[in-house]
Amino acid sequence: MTEALLEAKGLVKQYGQIRALRGADFSVYSGEVVALVGDNGAGKSTLVKTLSGVITPDSGTIKIEGAAVQALTPIMARQLGIETVYQDLALAPTLDPVANLFLGRELLRKGLGGRLGFLDKRAMRMQGEVKFRELGIRIQDMASPVSSMSGGQRQGIAVSRAAAWASKIIFLDEPTAALGVVQTRSVLDLIRRVRDTGIGVVLISHSMPDVLAVSDRIEVLRLGRRVARFKTSKVTTEDIVAAMTGATVQMSGDNDEL
Amino acid sequence: MTSYNPPGGSADAIEPHDLSTPSSLWDRLSRGQLTWITLILVMMVGLFSIVAGRPFSSVANVRNIATDACILMVMALGELFVIIAGGIDLSVGAVLVFSGVVGCAVMNAVGGGGVGAILAGAVASVAAGSTWGLVNGLLVTRAKISPLIATLGTYGMAMGLALVISNGIDLSAPVTLVKTLGVGRVFGVIPWLVVVATLAAVAMAILLNQTRFGRHALAIGASAAAAERSGVNVSRHLMKVYTLSGTLAGVAAIMSLARFGTTTIGGHLEDNLKVITAVVLGGASLLGGIGTVRGTVIGTLIPVVLLNGFVITGIQAFWQQFAIGLVLIAAVYLDRRKQAGRD
Repeated sequence: MTEALLEAKGLVKQYGQIRALRGADFSVYSGEVVALVGDNGAGKSTLVKTLSGVITPDSGTIKIEGAAVQALTPIMARQLGIETVYQDLALAPTLDPVANLFLGRELLRKGLGGRLGFLDKRAMRMQGEVKFRELGIRIQDMASPVSSMSGGQRQGIAVSRAAAWASKIIFLDEPTAALGVVQTRSVLDLIRRVRDTGIGVVLISHSMPDVLAVSDRIEVLRLGRRVARFKTSKVTTEDIVAAMTGATVQMSGDNDEL
Repeated sequence: MTSYNPPGGSADAIEPHDLSTPSSLWDRLSRGQLTWITLILVMMVGLFSIVAGRPFSSVANVRNIATDACILMVMALGELFVIIAGGIDLSVGAVLVFSGVVGCAVMNAVGGGGVGAILAGAVASVAAGSTWGLVNGLLVTRAKISPLIATLGTYGMAMGLALVISNGIDLSAPVTLVKTLGVGRVFGVIPWLVVVATLAAVAMAILLNQTRFGRHALAIGASAAAAERSGVNVSRHLMKVYTLSGTLAGVAAIMSLARFGTTTIGGHLEDNLKVITAVVLGGASLLGGIGTVRGTVIGTLIPVVLLNGFVITGIQAFWQQFAIGLVLIAAVYLDRRKQAGRD
């Protein structure tokens, strides 16, 4: 078994009286899609925020490629090659796709112009088009603001942006929540293509069909703890739901062996 | 369905990756507003030229119009950045008055009425404007006071302090300033004030369209949360944007001193509303993320041309205010339609 890209052990996070994480474990390997599932309040978003550096856990360890990371911040996470696509708030709606792709990481011109903050629009456009093409995102009008595009297209741009900058892991928070059938399928295909580049993709989703369609592994969170790990090929929706709701708590045999 | 159709692949059947754009209605409208506002200006100029003839279209009158628009335009350029970044600055006119009083006081204190005194006053004026802008920025980002309230507060404070410093009596600017920047012309044709305003507009257009500064201002106005999560330091950038607006109000103060020869304390009470009107007329969205320098320039010119044309054609000048109000409402109505398609 190869070393995990990211390995979290015993994460605890308490907000006042609420214990969002009670010793949660989680792992991501390169080139896989791992679905993080759990009922509302299971601690999924807290876990993702912890792993992307937004929240500092009260206790527990996070190892990235085997090395323990202390006090992960969002900037550190980004530098380590970890990107997060949030359910909303991902894009600047009035900017065009390329501007969104490079938002916060604009390429500047060389020499004096760059030091004065002049944008290298041509380079950004060229690199942006290459990136979108690699990931199979079709955009008819590169000059339109993303607000004029469909939900699927916007999600495609948001995922591409994460894929463009992530070298290791992408967290996707409900990427298909607001999408129709065809667009959902496109985003799932995009997720597979991102995975095939060797990146570890973490998919947070409530949609069991999506989880079963795209994930390689499933980790189930319940009441702030990981209660089960499954190989998607060897699991049914019933098993997952049972684990989510606590109907079964045993980590069934080979499924927990990864 | 895991197959990946590369771009340029089969165009027939249903393309799962062809996430088609339903309509870029908003896009067309937002570009449209700039187009039709330009058209309105052109039509107004055409109409007045035909009805009034030479008195309107003469070089001297064009020069009048351009000069009349200059001071508001420089302020409007600062306001444009604030509005693009999703804020609002109600303090601009008061900051102009305050900066003008400070600048004028420094000019008179240095004395002699020479270039040295004027430069010292100009520096003081710009510094005073920047300071108020910085205060606005701090109030909005650090104290988390809504821009409307924060700048309404500094509007009152700046105006009050200007009255305190001047005892409520207008100060006279050095004659040299009036003779040079105020009424002087480049090659005897283009007024210096117009040159300054044009340079400011060009500089702001470059800043908005070609630099990271402008890009981040647009991004913050479009979605502060998205900008923040993309690594943009939103607070620091907003502070810079408000400071820019204050600085340009300080520059406008020097222009106002040069033009009128006095601090015109009572003459800028409604400048903030005029400036916001100009920016919105020019197609900027009060919700942020949208706006152009070209639109702002046109938005500043429309009220000036209208007033000038009404006076020359003998229409009661009061109609100008009515007409501007009407055009503004039409523009904002379009803006609302435009925003309907936004998250």
